[in-house]
Amino acid sequence: MSGQTLYDKLWNQHLVKQRDDGTALIYIDRHMLHEVTSPQAFEGLRLANRKPWRLDTNLATTDHNVPTTLIERSQGNSGIKDPVSLIQVQTLDDNCVEYGITEFGINDPRQGIVHVVGPEQGATLPGMTVVCGDSHTATHGAFGALAHGIGTSEVEHVLATQCLLTQKMKNMQVRVEGELGLGVTAKDVVLAIIGKIGTAGGTGYAIEFAGSAIESLSMEGRMTVCNMAIEAGARVGMIAVDDTTIDYIGNRPYSPTGEQWEAAVADWRNLVSDPDAVFDNVVTLKAEDIEPQVSWGTSPEMVTGISGQVPDPNAAPDETVQRSHTRALEYMGLQANQKITDIKLDKIFIGSCTNARIEDLREAAKVAKGNKIADSIKLAMVVPGSGLVKRQAEEEGLDKIFIDAGFEWREPGCSMCLAMNADKLGAGEHCASTSNRNFEGRQGYGGRTHLVSPAMAAAAAIAGHFVDVRSLPANDATHAQEA
Amino acid sequence: MKKFERFEGVVAPLDRANVDTDLIIPKQFLKSIKRTGFGVNLFDELRYLDEGEPGQDCSQRPLNPDFVLNKPRYQGAEILLTRRNFGCGSSREHAPWALEDFGFKVVVAPSFADIFYNNAFKNGILLITFDEDTIDRLFDEVEAKEGYRMDVDLENQRVITHRGEILEFEVDEFRKHCLLEGLDDIGLTLKDEDAIRRFEESHRQARPWLFRQPA
Ligand code: SF4
Repeated sequence: MSGQTLYDKLWNQHLVKQRDDGTALIYIDRHMLHEVTSPQAFEGLRLANRKPWRLDTNLATTDHNVPTTLIERSQGNSGIKDPVSLIQVQTLDDNCVEYGITEFGINDPRQGIVHVVGPEQGATLPGMTVVCGDSHTATHGAFGALAHGIGTSEVEHVLATQCLLTQKMKNMQVRVEGELGLGVTAKDVVLAIIGKIGTAGGTGYAIEFAGSAIESLSMEGRMTVCNMAIEAGARVGMIAVDDTTIDYIGNRPYSPTGEQWEAAVADWRNLVSDPDAVFDNVVTLKAEDIEPQVSWGTSPEMVTGISGQVPDPNAAPDETVQRSHTRALEYMGLQANQKITDIKLDKIFIGSCTNARIEDLREAAKVAKGNKIADSIKLAMVVPGSGLVKRQAEEEGLDKIFIDAGFEWREPGCSMCLAMNADKLGAGEHCASTSNRNFEGRQGYGGRTHLVSPAMAAAAAIAGHFVDVRSLPANDATHAQEA
Repeated sequence: MKKFERFEGVVAPLDRANVDTDLIIPKQFLKSIKRTGFGVNLFDELRYLDEGEPGQDCSQRPLNPDFVLNKPRYQGAEILLTRRNFGCGSSREHAPWALEDFGFKVVVAPSFADIFYNNAFKNGILLITFDEDTIDRLFDEVEAKEGYRMDVDLENQRVITHRGEILEFEVDEFRKHCLLEGLDDIGLTLKDEDAIRRFEESHRQARPWLFRQPA
């Protein structure tokens, strides 16, 4: 018998029951909740007179709807102007109080984007199954955990039964081998992967990211990669456990201690794919080939290197691609063959569950340091992923660097990643964004999103158009990923 | 979920093909945090003469007198008779929530959209498929006879029309079982409650750190 993949191991460790019809019940160790996808789940429980199966497994925070200016935030929930957003936030608060679920509310220093908060608290541990009513839950897979995004009905199901009803996926391994060039970050790696396999390339698979370039990434970088598994079509992304993982987890509020820590670490060491494990699909990229990436279209797979140009739809391999490229260029207001470095920006967004951790802010700050954003930039904002990230950044003086350069330094939340709060793009505005989705209208009606790394976003803010971070004069931006 | 029991109910005819989920429940009502209360906005655009907004008192809104559900003879209808591809469009679970909240227990049509089909059964609504000819005939009968009722007998997979005609229908065994037993996915999973508890206990023994709470 051949060995097991990491996914196989995690699956087997949580399998409660395999049914004849192909579905299975898997046990859930950690359930993260936020205000948008949970209200109907709680109401469903109430209507059916059910109680949550286990309270201590749940951890909630408000993130999608919260305003990010200090003035609004200082008023707590009453600073939320949109009545619908307010109701969602309040409903989560009420539900958590009613059921006794731990919640980091709007003014809790630990509040933040759910996928930043979990790992930061040690609430995401290797070997766990993690679910959240949010498609970017794969982020937690960076810890050698099995993490799924789920829908509202499934949120209710997990609350009531502590299990997820699901089907086993196929195994895919994406290997990135070699050494990343200076100035090339985790975000560039994952964008390059999506550019290669496409937004449906991972559909039906659990993806394990592996190879020497992945191993060289910090935990923040690994989370960035796993975060965007869903943009490659996969509900699940994961990375094997190694020293980097274990070092990150030590001494966090939810992490085990003492003897339990020793036992846990011994167990976690097995959370790697066996050498003879068989994958249904293996894709390999060479790290040396990856340059800083910029998305030019309205799907994350519409991406290219900074030295590249906007493709010519007429050169597309088939008619379907040609049509979608034509449509994308029209929406984005770009010309075929236009150089990426000629794309001018109106707004800059550094934030989101993809790139709002401390390392991301450090990378951006290195580029911003001592510079000023271009006059043509209407708004450049930095939105830390959590209250704790914000505090650490302030301790390191990053806030000053950003503010001096002309960026706005905001309070934590999802913010302009999906524009559910007041942070939005205007129609036709180009934004260099460190988030994960560049769909039409995602960051505001008619808004034009370009997905990039934090360093690239900061560089674009200063130049007013995209520039290659690797070409910047001797600052330490090019050493960003070594921080 | 309530058990689906045999009942006799008034039939309302919605003579329209490809009724999409946006027509069933328009998107402005999706921002609600509830899964109940959508009934007053079911078919909002067809039912009212003004534009619907969330949070309105719908009893004050001008009704479209021509819309079938507003006609006195169809008040209290529990069975919706309609045309092909009912429920197409988005995957919103709000569509069956709205139908159920309004009081519909059964929808009869020549065909249904895929995701809606799943969502309806998950929410306790029985969808019955008959061929186009039978549906045509039922439309004629319903319109001809005020107070037309149908007896729906899921157990025996048949309906008995107002005229006493017996029409048999097909339904997936598993879905039928869930409806009759009142089992939603959660109810079904909870049948394995003991297995879950046993698993949980051994999981806790093997890996206690997964259950740890911050000090
Ligand atoms: S930051 Fe964006 S992608 Fe991440 S959870 Fe929030 S809205 Fe979703």
